[in-house]
Amino acid sequence: MIQRDYPKLFVMILPAAIVFVAFFIVPMARLAVVGASGENGLSAYTSMASKPRHFESMVATVLLSFSVTLVALAISTISGLFLVRNRFSGREALVSLLTFPLAFPGVVIGFLVILTAGRQGLIGSITQAVTGDKLVFAYSMAGLFVGYLYFSIPRVILTVMAAAEKLDPALEEAARSLGASPWRVMRDVVLPALKPGLIASGAICFATSMGAFGTAFTLATNVDVLPMTIYTEFTLNANIASAASLSIILGLVTWLALFIARTLSGSSVAASA
Amino acid sequence: MQHRWLFISQLVFTLAVCAFLIVPVVLSALAGVTENFFFGLKSGLTTRWIVEVWNLYSDTMFLSLLIAITCLVVTLIIGVPTAYVLARQGGKTARFIEEIIVLPVAVPGLAIALAMIIMYGGFRDFRISWVFILVGHVLYTLPFMVRSVLAVLSSMNFRELEEGAASLGASFWQRFRTIVIPNAKPGILAGSLMVITLSIGEFNLTWMLHTPMTKTLPVGLADSYASMRLEIASAYTLVFFIMIIPLLVAMQMLSRENHRIKKIKEDPQSDLTPITLKREKA
Repeated sequence: MIQRDYPKLFVMILPAAIVFVAFFIVPMARLAVVGASGENGLSAYTSMASKPRHFESMVATVLLSFSVTLVALAISTISGLFLVRNRFSGREALVSLLTFPLAFPGVVIGFLVILTAGRQGLIGSITQAVTGDKLVFAYSMAGLFVGYLYFSIPRVILTVMAAAEKLDPALEEAARSLGASPWRVMRDVVLPALKPGLIASGAICFATSMGAFGTAFTLATNVDVLPMTIYTEFTLNANIASAASLSIILGLVTWLALFIARTLSGSSVAASA
Repeated sequence: MQHRWLFISQLVFTLAVCAFLIVPVVLSALAGVTENFFFGLKSGLTTRWIVEVWNLYSDTMFLSLLIAITCLVVTLIIGVPTAYVLARQGGKTARFIEEIIVLPVAVPGLAIALAMIIMYGGFRDFRISWVFILVGHVLYTLPFMVRSVLAVLSSMNFRELEEGAASLGASFWQRFRTIVIPNAKPGILAGSLMVITLSIGEFNLTWMLHTPMTKTLPVGLADSYASMRLEIASAYTLVFFIMIIPLLVAMQMLSRENHRIKKIKEDPQSDLTPITLKREKA
């Protein structure tokens, strides 16, 4: 049966292969070539080092993504562990609410940040009532940070919960019976066991933040994150070579981060925001 | 005593995280039905913003639905067979192909859209039609369909069933139709929900691929955020939530159900068994 089926299996995978090669592989290869076709040729790929604006934008994006990842991991570990280890009424509803913004597009998240921290926002009116000064930070780096955190938390909580469910309670029991304090059990038993899962979901979170366009598009009037730099190079400056080379670099960075995540966890990976 | 305190502080923390995620959504929903957001709820409730959104943007909603449904059909036709081939093949080749199929999810949408525009932007009729956006959505959602079906197929031994059927004389296509597809159903269903949800909300690719004549819902949203008054933008967002939330709820229910069935398979002695078995029989 196996031998005879091979031609049919080939026919079955053919449509997907054609779509993929025609609309993804070939265009991406072309993009990489176009990236090197500007007046600077191949050195467009090193423009990160030579053009201060590109370099600054890269550094800002990496720093932002990295700090969002750290904070999202810390928050999600606390809440995720809590939700896995305790059973109480309303727990399922709480899990649903926490994972529910998972599929919100980045633009909508940007708008939610504007409603919260924008000029007519909730935080603005509260601070005005309390201190007399209106706190508005939606359009700054802080606004981006809040937005990125918003789409990161649901993703990371899900992975942390999945990892925490696989922990062996007997190990903790053993540590406790040997006299370890709850804090030491956490540090020496639970966190090391969660480590692969945390690194994997951290990598996903980092990649998603690096490539996030929608949120930045809605908010970033003053901040240059890499996807916005690519967008302005392409649309306003019509500098296609530069946009192409930056896209390829960004694609490589996010792919590498997700590759690490997959090797560590083997779970499905989503990068959209 | 210390235990109690720990529980409460963690609960409060988690509730705060929850509030961070949910309060802005509620705020936006309220703003969409408030007469004047600046004066708050006391200015009165109204549906007039929603009516206005419908007049201004209803075509974006229909286009988004059209693209999402076509995208689902395409990913079903090309994705389910791909998942089957990968499950049958197994080993290094299958892993390599899977790695390539997942690439459009790993690479930012902006880069993919740029590549497509540089390659096909010259074909005017294609560039200005909604099919251009559809292609982008298919690339982006296909991995989710393939992985979802593949996960179900890899977790069971459909090969044994197939061999049994083959020994009774079933042809390749008969086996695919009567054994593989029915058994892969949970994966197909989960994948379908995922594809529809992602396609309706897709922005990164679509913003680059759209033309003034082919605006999808998220493109219209970005438009309204930039140029409309806050109430209209909020009402539009509310309409988007109403479209997408049933899909999200269905997805959560489905994954919970699959999770439960998996748990029973792993541990038949679990106390969950009687309830779900009863349900499966009924």
